Amino acid sequence: MSPSTEPSLEVRLGSLVFRNPVMVASGTFGYGPEYAELVDLSALGAIVVKGICREPTRGNPPPRTVETPSGLINAIGLPGPGVAGFIRDYLPFLRRVPTPVIVNVWGRTVEEYGEVVESLDREEGVHGYEINVSCPNIKEGSRAFGVHLDMFRRVVERVRAATRRPVIPKLAPNVSDIAAFARAAEECGADAISLINSIPAMAVDIETRRPILGNVTGGLTGPAIHPIAVKLVWEAARAVRIPTIAMGGIRDAADAIEFMIVGATAVAVGTANFVEPRTAVRVVEGIRDYLVRHGMTSVADLTGSLRLEGLPCGG
Amino acid sequence: MTLEEAIVVEHLPDAGGYWRIELRAPAIAPRVRPGQFVHVRLTAPADAILRRPFSVFRTEDDRLELLYKPVGRGTRAMTELRPGAVISLLGPLGRGFPTPAPDRFPVLVAGGYGMAALYLLGRESGRAGIVFVGGASAVDVLCVPEFEALGWEVRVATEDGSRGLRGQVTDAFDAWAASELSDRTPELFACGPNGMLRAVGERAIARGWTAWLSMDRAMGCGVGACLTCVQKVRDPSHPDGWTWARVCREGPVFECREIVWEDDV
Repeated sequence: MSPSTEPSLEVRLGSLVFRNPVMVASGTFGYGPEYAELVDLSALGAIVVKGICREPTRGNPPPRTVETPSGLINAIGLPGPGVAGFIRDYLPFLRRVPTPVIVNVWGRTVEEYGEVVESLDREEGVHGYEINVSCPNIKEGSRAFGVHLDMFRRVVERVRAATRRPVIPKLAPNVSDIAAFARAAEECGADAISLINSIPAMAVDIETRRPILGNVTGGLTGPAIHPIAVKLVWEAARAVRIPTIAMGGIRDAADAIEFMIVGATAVAVGTANFVEPRTAVRVVEGIRDYLVRHGMTSVADLTGSLRLEGLPCGG
Repeated sequence: MTLEEAIVVEHLPDAGGYWRIELRAPAIAPRVRPGQFVHVRLTAPADAILRRPFSVFRTEDDRLELLYKPVGRGTRAMTELRPGAVISLLGPLGRGFPTPAPDRFPVLVAGGYGMAALYLLGRESGRAGIVFVGGASAVDVLCVPEFEALGWEVRVATEDGSRGLRGQVTDAFDAWAASELSDRTPELFACGPNGMLRAVGERAIARGWTAWLSMDRAMGCGVGACLTCVQKVRDPSHPDGWTWARVCREGPVFECREIVWEDDV
């Protein structure tokens, strides 16, 4: 090809087509309007909104976040308007945005996951579901869904039965065999997987000897977790045929490209939105520049292009 | 709100360990309202990833000035910024102070660098009133000449008695309210430590006055997305009577009756 040809950034995820592979991660972009003044929402691949459950929730007491070296531990606790509140207060805005909307869904029981998805499935303007089985800040069972294979399967099966729209389980990083969860998602009919959720973490004020977070423990995000996420994405993506959406500490296009090389079809920018709201848009531009520089015609050519020749695990 | 690459014009240490930084930010500076803040991206230390929020002290044409005290790793590194350096600013952010009511006597109450957050209000209030400022010691009392130049009367209280009344800033206010307020109705505007804000609010509620409090909470994104900087506020529509408000978005300024105080502040 001629190097001046514009490479294709389009990616497919089940029945969904995204104009580019860069999304904003759940919990880091509100429900869309929060950043609308600063970010061209139509330049994003998709918007993944903050977790929605059946009823309105308040979340955890403050302090809810603490900055750590190259990272952020959060214990927000999934406050939200509930499914009816989301449909009433935010969906009308999101329907006007020409970008696919993926709703992150969580529940305290398997049945709640199904009910929330059924409610949302009656609505136009919702394009897919990310199934949050792995938020470290939810007790009452939700965490167990992400680290126990049998519970994980039951949630994915329940959600699958509730919708024909794309279903994307979000995998917990703190499991001994991430590939097993990726395969279970595929076997239960998921259209894609996303990973990683935040890594369980804790910080202590040594003067008072008290935990810094109101919830005692939280989940670590940000650049500190990126190399861990790269390894887990590599292991998960090569275990399945369905696409992988990768997230974990993306600051720039290089971090996103790294995820795609190890097997991600798409990526999501998370904590960096809090620092530089236009990070996702800059990542899109950076991926385009990279493809041109390497003479690649499509971003799909990047996915799984890791070269392992001559290495112990290669061949 | 706007994202802007601001240029450091001047950056000097001030009294009491404080620093003043003047930034050229033509998109943001003219739009700052009293009580609003800007969110500053630090480039050092390299492993500090979040922005840091600062109340805007003064604006002048295309420039704005911040007054801050280096207290943590981020703000200590900030003191290294030299004129000409470029830093990313996000702002103006938050719901600032309302315009003082014309039929009330404006009273400002500040603790420490709370004075900086009140200066624009003093300048744009339309009429001069009285300012009460408190600090641990005389070096912690800031911006007195600036307020006097605007025609405001300034009363000082220090905990060690090194300047003005010995005691809390609320002691100075109480003395004034008891003997000099006469038949005027004050409208209070306060910025400082949470304990001071609570004390100001209690006085306002007891006397039926209005008090606007600028709340300080650790902050993440600054635009209402991360839900870090939440403050308990009254919400009659909720069964428990309260809800979380985002200090960055619904605040930082709240009327004292909105706030639900907890034991830790």
